[in-house]
Order: sequence, then structure tokens, then C-alpha cells
Amino acid sequence: MSDALSLAPEIAAIPAARGGEGPLSRARKGQRGVIVRVGGETGRSESIDPEELERRLLEMGFVEGAVFEVLHEGLFGRDPIAVRIDDMRVALRRREAAAVTVQFEEA
Amino acid sequence: MTDTAAVRPARLALVGNPNSGKTALFNALTGSRQKVANYAGVTVERKEGVLTLPGGRGAHVLDLPGTYSLRARSPDEVVTRDAVLGRLSGEQAPDVLICVADATNLRLVLRLVLELKQVGRPFVLALNMFDIAQRQGLRIDLERLSAEIGAPIVTTVATRKRGLEELVAKADALSVSHAGEHENVWREPTAAEIRAAHREAQRIVKACVRPPERPDTVTGKVDAVLLHPVAGLAILGLLLFVMFQAVFTWAEPLMGLIEAGFAALSAGVAAVLPHGLFQSLITDGLIAGVGSVLVFLPQIVILFFFILVLEDSGYMTRAAFLMDKIMGGAGLHGRAFIPLLSSFACAIPGIMSTRVIDNKHDRLTTILVAPLMTCSARIPVYTLIIAAFIPHTKVWGLSLPGLVMFGLYASGIVSALLVSFVIRKIFWRGTVEPFMMELPTYRWPEPRNVLMNLWTRARIFIERAGRIILPLMVLVWALSTFPYPPEGATGPAIDYSFAGRIGHFIAPLMQPIGFNWQMTVALIPGFAAREVAVAALGTVYAVGGDNEAGTNLGVLLSHQWSLATALSFLAWYVFAPQCAATLGVVKRETNGWLWPAVMFLYMTSLAYLASFVTYHVAVAMGAG
Repeated sequence: MSDALSLAPEIAAIPAARGGEGPLSRARKGQRGVIVRVGGETGRSESIDPEELERRLLEMGFVEGAVFEVLHEGLFGRDPIAVRIDDMRVALRRREAAAVTVQFEEA
Repeated sequence: MTDTAAVRPARLALVGNPNSGKTALFNALTGSRQKVANYAGVTVERKEGVLTLPGGRGAHVLDLPGTYSLRARSPDEVVTRDAVLGRLSGEQAPDVLICVADATNLRLVLRLVLELKQVGRPFVLALNMFDIAQRQGLRIDLERLSAEIGAPIVTTVATRKRGLEELVAKADALSVSHAGEHENVWREPTAAEIRAAHREAQRIVKACVRPPERPDTVTGKVDAVLLHPVAGLAILGLLLFVMFQAVFTWAEPLMGLIEAGFAALSAGVAAVLPHGLFQSLITDGLIAGVGSVLVFLPQIVILFFFILVLEDSGYMTRAAFLMDKIMGGAGLHGRAFIPLLSSFACAIPGIMSTRVIDNKHDRLTTILVAPLMTCSARIPVYTLIIAAFIPHTKVWGLSLPGLVMFGLYASGIVSALLVSFVIRKIFWRGTVEPFMMELPTYRWPEPRNVLMNLWTRARIFIERAGRIILPLMVLVWALSTFPYPPEGATGPAIDYSFAGRIGHFIAPLMQPIGFNWQMTVALIPGFAAREVAVAALGTVYAVGGDNEAGTNLGVLLSHQWSLATALSFLAWYVFAPQCAATLGVVKRETNGWLWPAVMFLYMTSLAYLASFVTYHVAVAMGAG
């Protein structure tokens, strides 16, 4: 459960003013925007190979230009999250969402 | 029609995304003419059915595991890829692929279609659940779409059997004309190629699909409640409670009937066959053995009924979402939830359903801990000991026997989580498999479809269990029967058998945990199934074999055993791998004896340790 603890400050650090670019892993419920980049390191040693993760994210519909909205968050450490991407809903952990960079919509 | 391909049965294969209604379409196409087996050498389920084409020719239809891409990641997806590419050993390449798509969710399936196009097999696209698309006011330019993907399109409603004839006719025509067939140019796409395919799919969707006028809003509203961090978990808990109530209360009359049926069969056979070895083999070995497993069929059917309804409605992925963090903390995948849940009825269907877990390590962990869940075969053992030793007093207003029972269930769950945590931390420290899945639109489950799948599950349980369990039962029977007691022997016959000798041999080993030799001897036939130990104890203590034996046995045990011994016996049953059938199923599912051996060793060690601690703590507290 060390994940839950390490994620908390990360989430708390999300700026109150919306807008700007950031990893999807830091998005909170209700936030929307556009995916600008998929792939790259998640910064977590236990994640799978970045190249493989990139392809899996792409296959699930996380692709540059897709619009997203965070629909739900889990109870513990607000993890995992359910995200609407274009017209489908996908659940994923914040650990993997870190590899998706998004442009948050201005509030 | 002199082509030989027109004479031999056509081979069709269904491919598509998960949740596209592919299995519903398979059920609608083939009806009850289905066969479920395994693919050669792997433990992926192979579902094949037959149907008759318009011209009278037969066709074999293969229902391939659902996938988003031919780039396979799980054993299931490897089968789909290899079957589509025609390089699955022991399988011939399909003549025609039927790609099944959810008409309301085309984008992702179009990417799969683009991959299929590269494979060069003739294919037809079935736009399934077309009625829902129409209801939403979704407009699809079928002609244009067909031209874009270079394959015929049929709109279907599998659950209403709409569009099936046309689909079959199109597939038949393709199997004869070979239209669209070319050399296979598929290879694993790179990230850049997946992006390009996305753009292409996006362009096709833009050109051919007009967004729905009345998009589905129900799913969002339902999810607001069911995926609510607190309310969602509470509802899941309530749902599980109802499920357990149903599994244990609804199944009871049926289980009684099955038990009575096998008892009557056994008595009938005993009356016909001459008294002796053969009669004993049939009644005590085969009938009693098969009966002791089939008695769980009602519970398993009820459990699978709930699981299928929850799966078809789209709720199961939500349950995995809600449970992921809790399971993940113990190193388990969110999808391990269902197999572990099934294991409360019986570990055999639980272990069989671990196939939904993509990653090999995650799947093995789940298989290894599944038998720690309190299966219903432990209940007769628990109730016997609790009734005999635990006083009917109240502790904090709760009944003590009930609390002990709860404690035994809780120990099972907690130890399963701990064991998987240890496995993850020590053995598979590497990477953690991502948890990523589509949350499908909610749908009402189709009763016919649920019943057909339920029938398939029940059949698999009976067939597999029967094939693995029968030989084991005969083995355990032989061990407890041979050799015969000598003339004029005074002790119970089992005492002189191999089982008795093994029991006596290991009795000194079991002494430190408070077991006497009678208990050790009873453990040997108890390997057939946990609840058999109750009957075996009856035999060893030479109590009559009638129905009163249970109560008599309890009274007898309460005089013979100390409380410490009884508690130690309970602790033993929480952990011990006292079920040969489970080990047999693990062998089958993992293709070898390594993992059943690992399971046997770790569970036996845990059982010994737990019993040792329980016994000595109890003795120290004056219960010896």
C-alpha cells in the first residue's frame, strides 16, 4: 500500500487553477482536456517497459488528440481512475496514467 | 462447385474486441451444437460449434478469445493471433474470419479490422448490437464503410437472431470466392504504426459514422452510484453478501437431493452386486467419490449464474475497478477477484477461471492462493469440531461458535492476501502488470445467453472434475482398503490398510501439533476431499456409518480430544492442501507437476506451522 502514500502528495500538488500541461496521473475527478503525448517513462521502477506501455496505452485508445474526462476515482489513494476517452470508458491505475501527458481544459 | 473447398466443411472463426457480443453471436449461430476443449498444449479454452450453410455444406465455427489487437499479450490473445494467422499447431487456418464489432463503439474495432486486412484472409464485418445503435440514432454509411475496409458488412442483433442468415451467406460466399485473399503481410505494429492506424480509423469513422442523436446516458448515471468510492464498495459488499446467501441457502435442498440420490444409488448397487471387493470399489470408491464432488454442483451453478449475469451486464469490470487497490496492495491483479470469489464455493472452478488474468505471474499467484479461500468442503469439518468443542456462549453479544466460524473464514482470506504479498515481494519482484480495461456500456443480460453459458460451465466442471477426480478416488479407496485386516483382527479395517500404515508412520511427525494416530490415519482418505475426513474419523473411531454418526462422532471426539487438539485440527484445515482434485486441476492448468508440488509444500508447511502454534498456545493457556 506504499503506492497510496506516495501518491497523496503528488495529487495534493495539483494546482487549484486549472489549465496547463501535466501527466494524466495527477488529474482529479471531473477534469477534462486533450491528450497531447503518450509514452515515456512513468518514473516508477515497477512499471513495464516504456515502449510496451506506450503501445498498450495506444491500443486502449489513449492517443494524441483524443479528448478525455476523469469520471471516477477509487477510494484508496484515489486510485485507480476511470477515464472517458472520446466515446469509451477505460479504467487504469495512476501508475500507468503517468505515461500520458495531457493539456487540461481551462475551468 | 467442383472446388474441393466447397465440399469439405468451411472453417469460420469469430474475432473481435471484448464486450462486442461475440460469444452471444457464437451462441446464436451454433445453438447447442458446441464443443468446449483446450487448444493443444495450452490451457486456453477452445470453443467450436457447427452450423449448416445455405447450400447444405457444413461449417465449423471457432469462437476466438476477445482482443483489441493481434499483438498478443495473454495466452488467450496468443491463441487468437496464431489462429488468425493459421500458425496454431494442430489447427488449420480459418477460411473466413468473422470480425464482430459493437456497432455503437466502432473506433477501436476498426484498428483491429485494419490489422486483419493485413493478414490477407477473407473476412466479413458483423456490426453487432445494431438495434442499440439505431435506438441511439447512430447513422452508419454501410456502403462507404464496406468500401473503406474492403470487406462485406452485415448488421446483426445476436440476441434477437437478426442478420444471422445474411452473415452466414456472406461468409459462405467468401469461402468459395476467396475475395480479398492475399499474402499475409501482418507483423507486430510499432507505436508509430498504431498511431497511424488510429488516424486511419478516425478518418473512416468521421467519413462513415454520424454521431448518435441520443447517446447512452444511463451508463454514466448508473456508474455515478456503482463506482462511487464509498457507495460503490458498499453495494459491492451487499451484492457479495446476497451471492453468498444464495450459494449456501438455495443450494442446500438440491445438495440434499444429490446426496440422497447417491446414497440410494450406492445402496441399490450394493443390493445387486455380491458383497466383496468389486462392490466396495463401486460403492465406496466410485459412487461415493463422484458424489462427494458432484454435491457441489448446485453451489457452483448458482455462483456461476451470478458471475455470468454480472459479466454480461458489464458490472464485473466495475467490481475489478473497485477491488483493484485492495487486491493490488497484496500483489494481486484486480481481475483475480472473480477466481478468488468462486473459490469460496470450490477451488476447482476458481482455478479454472483464472484464465481471465493476462499475466502469467499474476495468474500463478492467484492459482496458488485460491485454495486458501474457505471452500464449502471445509464446512462439514468446521461444523463438526465447532459443535463438539466450542461452548454455546455469547461473547460481546455474539455467539461464540459463529465467531469461531467467522474467524476461520477470515484467516483464510487474510492468509491468502499475505501469501500473495510474499510471493510478489520475494519471487516476482520485477514489474507490475498494468491494470487497464474498458468499462463497457451497461446492458440487460440476455436470459437465453446466460443459460447457455451456464450450461457450458456446468458441463466443463462435470467433465473435467470427473476426469481428474475419478482416478484419484479409486487410488484413495485402494489405499484405504488394501491390504485386508488379518483374521481375528479387532481394530477397524482401515487401521491395517496402506492408509492406516501411512497414518501410523507419520503419526510421530504430527504429535508435536497435538494429533493422535486416529486423526493422522483419517487425514489420508481425507485427501480425496476435505469433508471425507469426517467420515474417515467415524471409520477410525468405529462409529456406525449412519446419519447419526455426525452427532455421535462429535460427542465421542469431545471426550477423546483436548480442546487444544481440536483447535489445532481446525487450524490444520484452514491451510492444509487436503484435496487431491484441486492439485489435479492445478497440474492441468499449469501443464506440469511443478506448481501443484509448490502448492502442496507451502500449504502443508503453513498448516503445520499454524497447528503447531495453535496447539502450543492453547496448551499454555490450559486447554491441553
